[in-house]
Amino acid sequence: MEPFDPAELPELLKLYYRRLFPYAQYYRWLNYGGVVKNYFQHREFSFTLKDDIYIRYQSFNNQSDLEKEMQKMNPYKIDIGAVYSHRPNQHNTVKLGAFQAQEKELVFDIDMTDYDDVRRCCSSADICSKCWTLMTMAIRIIDRALKEDFGFKHRLWVYSGRRGVHCWVCDESVRKLSSAVRSGIVEYLSLVKGGQDVKKKVHLSENVHPFVRKSISIIKKYFEGYALVGQDILENKESWDKILALVPETMHNDLQQNFQKHHSSLQRWEYLKKAASQCPSNIKNEKCGPWLEWEIMLQYCFPRLDINVSKGINHLLKSPFSVHPKTGRISVPIDLQKVDQFDPFAVPTISSICHELDAIFTSEVEKEENQAESDIKHRTRGRLIYGSVTLTQAFYIDILLSLQ
Amino acid sequence: MEFSGVKRRKPWLIGDQRKASYPHSLQFYLQPPSENISLIEFENLAIDRLKLLKSVENLGVSYVKGTELYQSKLEAEIRKLKFSYRESLEDEYEPRRKDHISHFILRLAYCQSEDLRRWFIQQEMDLLRFRFSILPKDKIQSFLQDSHLHFEAISEEEKNLREQEIIASSTSLGGPKLELEYVYKIPFADALDLFRGRKVYLENGFAYVPLKDIVAIILNEFRAKLSKALALTARSLPAVQSDERLQPLLNHLSHSYIGQDYSIQGNAGKISLDQIDSLSTKSFPPCMRQLHKALRENHHLRHGGRMQYGLFLKGIGLTLEQALQFWKQEFIKGKMDPDKFDKGYSYNIRHSFGKEGKRTDYTPFSCLKIILTNPPSQGDYHGCPFRHSDPELLKQKLQSYKITPGGISQILDLVKGTHYQVACQKYFEMTHNVDDCGFSLNHPNQFFVESQRVLNGGKDIKKESIPPETPQPKQSAQKTKNASSALASLNSSLEMDMEGLEDYFSE
Repeated sequence: MEPFDPAELPELLKLYYRRLFPYAQYYRWLNYGGVVKNYFQHREFSFTLKDDIYIRYQSFNNQSDLEKEMQKMNPYKIDIGAVYSHRPNQHNTVKLGAFQAQEKELVFDIDMTDYDDVRRCCSSADICSKCWTLMTMAIRIIDRALKEDFGFKHRLWVYSGRRGVHCWVCDESVRKLSSAVRSGIVEYLSLVKGGQDVKKKVHLSENVHPFVRKSISIIKKYFEGYALVGQDILENKESWDKILALVPETMHNDLQQNFQKHHSSLQRWEYLKKAASQCPSNIKNEKCGPWLEWEIMLQYCFPRLDINVSKGINHLLKSPFSVHPKTGRISVPIDLQKVDQFDPFAVPTISSICHELDAIFTSEVEKEENQAESDIKHRTRGRLIYGSVTLTQAFYIDILLSLQ
Repeated sequence: MEFSGVKRRKPWLIGDQRKASYPHSLQFYLQPPSENISLIEFENLAIDRLKLLKSVENLGVSYVKGTELYQSKLEAEIRKLKFSYRESLEDEYEPRRKDHISHFILRLAYCQSEDLRRWFIQQEMDLLRFRFSILPKDKIQSFLQDSHLHFEAISEEEKNLREQEIIASSTSLGGPKLELEYVYKIPFADALDLFRGRKVYLENGFAYVPLKDIVAIILNEFRAKLSKALALTARSLPAVQSDERLQPLLNHLSHSYIGQDYSIQGNAGKISLDQIDSLSTKSFPPCMRQLHKALRENHHLRHGGRMQYGLFLKGIGLTLEQALQFWKQEFIKGKMDPDKFDKGYSYNIRHSFGKEGKRTDYTPFSCLKIILTNPPSQGDYHGCPFRHSDPELLKQKLQSYKITPGGISQILDLVKGTHYQVACQKYFEMTHNVDDCGFSLNHPNQFFVESQRVLNGGKDIKKESIPPETPQPKQSAQKTKNASSALASLNSSLEMDMEGLEDYFSE
């Protein structure tokens, strides 16, 4: 893959917005079948331009208007906001207090930095194939709940471009949900609580809610491979001390001694499970048995959501097919059927697809000199981000069908 | 709603029509009434409902809500005032109509300020909760339907399919209980308070809510709707208030709920300083008893203690001169320089009597004020012992006051349930050897007045004046203590109110 150089962005973006950005599918998604008048026209977009210039309250009349403006402004970053009561680009002409955010998709942002306390391979903005499993588990757990518990049908998962994933829930009723209900949904989906000063972040009650039980089942499928082998969380004293901090003190001596005798995280985990099932459960406030095991698994693997992203109706979130200015990667949709195979490092960067476009264009032109340029444009666009675009297309058709 | 000076003939509904207009013994008050009624009936209905809501408030403070005692007393009160509450064989039309109209009238009076609204909503919610609790299970579904609430009870088979999940989700259910419980299927967004804490089972966008939890949802719905309605009512209030026939009544109604504040010194000069020591053990509530003891022992009290105790003393009848003498005598025993007292402390005492600075005549603190504000720290003796003392220390204190072990354990139970004022009432009952203190405690000076009444056999009691807003303040003497009625003082003040009102409506 062609290496990405941020200095080339202005040129690359120019090409991207002229030849590659999937305007038709994008417009058809956000227009939602044109059922509600001015739905697209009242949608706020924000652009981040070169040199960090940030402009809000952008709005467009139709697809062609959108295309023209994006090509003119060449944004480094595009965010999607809410559907307002009036055209956002005219909000200054509206009487004070009358300009209100009315509807928006329910969105989630899962960021790898929120897991720094439980991943040993990377920290902060870095990711690798070992810790990416955290995102896989997060997608599976959250998506299952959104679909089976809440009954949400139109869920689009997107790679954020650097270190996480976003989810866009687009059902008609969901777009109308109040801020309070959105907060409630995030609360329902939250289990890991506490900041740096809190050691033990997961506390289960005796009654285990079906949501928690089902999430644990999902984590169980990945735990051995991800935590015991990949992250090797019980590798040495330094790492297993962190686990011991989550376990009643009365068990510490026994575990320390026996961990020394074992040779792998796998063995130590088996031992811990055995010890937990044997410890007396009448100690006040301290749980044993399977709950202890689950609490550790959840602390190391359960998704961590940022409530602020989800609760505000007017919150702006990075748009699918937007480019990440630091990595050059395109925010592509993730195929839920193939979530285990998703590789963030195989996601096309803007330089790689522009390069491919050039190469194809050149060879096409060489082959068929009389072919109209638009024809070639059409074919190349389809081929390059074909996978992601068909995903959005399928997603959009999904929505259209439900509106009938 | 139209009002007329002359009693018009009401549209007389026949049999089924009457039943149809009020199909249930309780309602959400969604539709305002549309009859004509006379002014007299308007006034009577309003006052009756006010009495009812005040009973609801008092019973809620005196007894633990939901217990058998509370339920039976509340039912008796409702029946006495002839409001609807329970399905029965008798003709329910009149009580239900009364309930409906009186609610809407009180909305007019209680929409005017945040405090009034909060009070009104709280009592109406408690009333609704009670009525719902005695509704037969099979009637619940039709009541919910008629109230346009989309709660569907699910069938047995559907329940069985999900039994495990529903039990695992609810904190209050056990295995066998589920068979008896109805389970309702409602859109998840309508059960926000339940699903956000994962207290309910969600499937495909619906929450499966057992009956017990439905009540919470219904009450929340009710509160939200009533709150909105009151805000709307407040906006149209100017039009209503401009009607001269209604203005005095509505003003009076909304002010009559404020309790006595013991600021008017009807008893000034009736207490002598050498009585205080014995009064402190016999008639002072524990908070003041401990302040007095601390003052005698340490010859000093910090600011919080001086405020709380000083104002109480003013309320029981100490004059400014007596107060100055009292505090000075005690502080000097603590080796304080008399000049220092005059310079530092006497100013504050005169200030609290309204003789200095902005000349506010400060009122003695109510129980709520003492419980909720300015908690004591190390070296303080103010506050409410039931609220602020460590249970062990409280137990020792009660033992030193010679309360029986049975009484102590009852008191400690009430304290654990945060029923501090009820605990104090229990203390009153134990120290005065009565079964039922006969009042619901909300002010330390009230404790003192009631105690004196018991100890002096009903003599020498002067009823305090009624709140300032009424046009004709009256004082009536209470001849005998009515131990069984928790509302004796309340009823008499309301009777007075009605006398005042009659003047407005007679020719």
